Amino acid sequence: MAVNVLVPTPLRKFTNNQDTVLVAPGTIVSLVAELEQQFPGINKSLTDDSGELRRFINVYVNEEDIRFLEGKNTPIKDGDSVSIIPAIAGG
Amino acid sequence: MVACALTKAREFGYDTVACASTGNLANSVAAHSAEGGFRAYIFIPHDLEQGKVLGTLLYGANVLSVNGNYDEVNRLCAEAGDKYGWAFVNINLRPFYGDGSKSFGYEIAEQLGWKAPDHVIVPCAGGSLISKIYKGLNEFDRLGLIDGGVSTKMYAAQAKGCSPITTAIKTNAEVFRPQKPNTIAKSIAIGNPADGYMAMDTVRKSGGWADDVTEEEIIDGIRLLGRTEGIFTETAGGVTVSVAKKLAAQGRFKPDEIVVIAITGNGLKTQEAVVGKLGETFGIQPNLASLEAALNTEKLLAGVGV
Repeated sequence: MAVNVLVPTPLRKFTNNQDTVLVAPGTIVSLVAELEQQFPGINKSLTDDSGELRRFINVYVNEEDIRFLEGKNTPIKDGDSVSIIPAIAGG
Repeated sequence: MVACALTKAREFGYDTVACASTGNLANSVAAHSAEGGFRAYIFIPHDLEQGKVLGTLLYGANVLSVNGNYDEVNRLCAEAGDKYGWAFVNINLRPFYGDGSKSFGYEIAEQLGWKAPDHVIVPCAGGSLISKIYKGLNEFDRLGLIDGGVSTKMYAAQAKGCSPITTAIKTNAEVFRPQKPNTIAKSIAIGNPADGYMAMDTVRKSGGWADDVTEEEIIDGIRLLGRTEGIFTETAGGVTVSVAKKLAAQGRFKPDEIVVIAITGNGLKTQEAVVGKLGETFGIQPNLASLEAALNTEKLLAGVGV
């Protein structure tokens, strides 16, 4: 078991075109660090210079926006699913 | 804006189009797909008003009613957009859909006799329209089509039950906080507005402001617009009218200034919101005596309407 991460199209250039990748349990902070370890360069698209998640990146744990959970400190455990989604909108 | 997006979809060679919608975009994408011969998949929150659902099914679109709010529909569509080769109007065709709505700004300038208004109040959902109206006005100015330049102030209007953008502006916050929407103004019930930052930026750089209104004020706004201008707007229009009223009470408009209120949807689509709140019909028999009796009751003597 591990944590399943859905990778959006714009970031798949870092993941050898994989649409899902596996990471170890922890928090969103550790997830971002592990992604960077596995796929060097991806970090720049996810976080700004101060290490905060970029405004236009939405992260969901099991379908819930992490801003309604504990933000970047939201825990993720075995079997969880994490979606990384660039901001889009309709009307 | 949908005409613009689907024209590009054809140019790019797509045969299937899709969108996430709170209803109005759904109607439009379905209609334009029928006319353009596209297959359409329309994703909506499950609790939309019937008028918007019927107004989408009518055109033969595949309507997927998602058990969640708009922000959940939006997330699903982003995931689906990555998986299927569809032209999602508000995902992979987003730049064209967005720029298509600049025509709202063009039409304002044209209808004012090639002038920019002093103030524009716009309902905010995803936050795109307000910045595109401003962009449209400024593009016309750069082309030399507007007399007197553009010093238009832009104002964001939201329902209190879904007000991430107006709250951020009113509290001078740099970052908006997403919300779980709870309002009858379903067409603008987007708690995580993708263009929220653009909307905030547009309001601030234009020197405008923002406000939000209660559910009762939304109904009051719908009624006020109908009874003063003869226009039946949906709930989002009620929001905009009532916010305009609040802004006026704050002294933001001078009497000789031009104020434009963006009414972005027809009231027949959101009848559920106003059923039982606009007065009642008066039942009579088909004879003059019954009519005479009715006309002499206190209610009708007082004038039409409640």
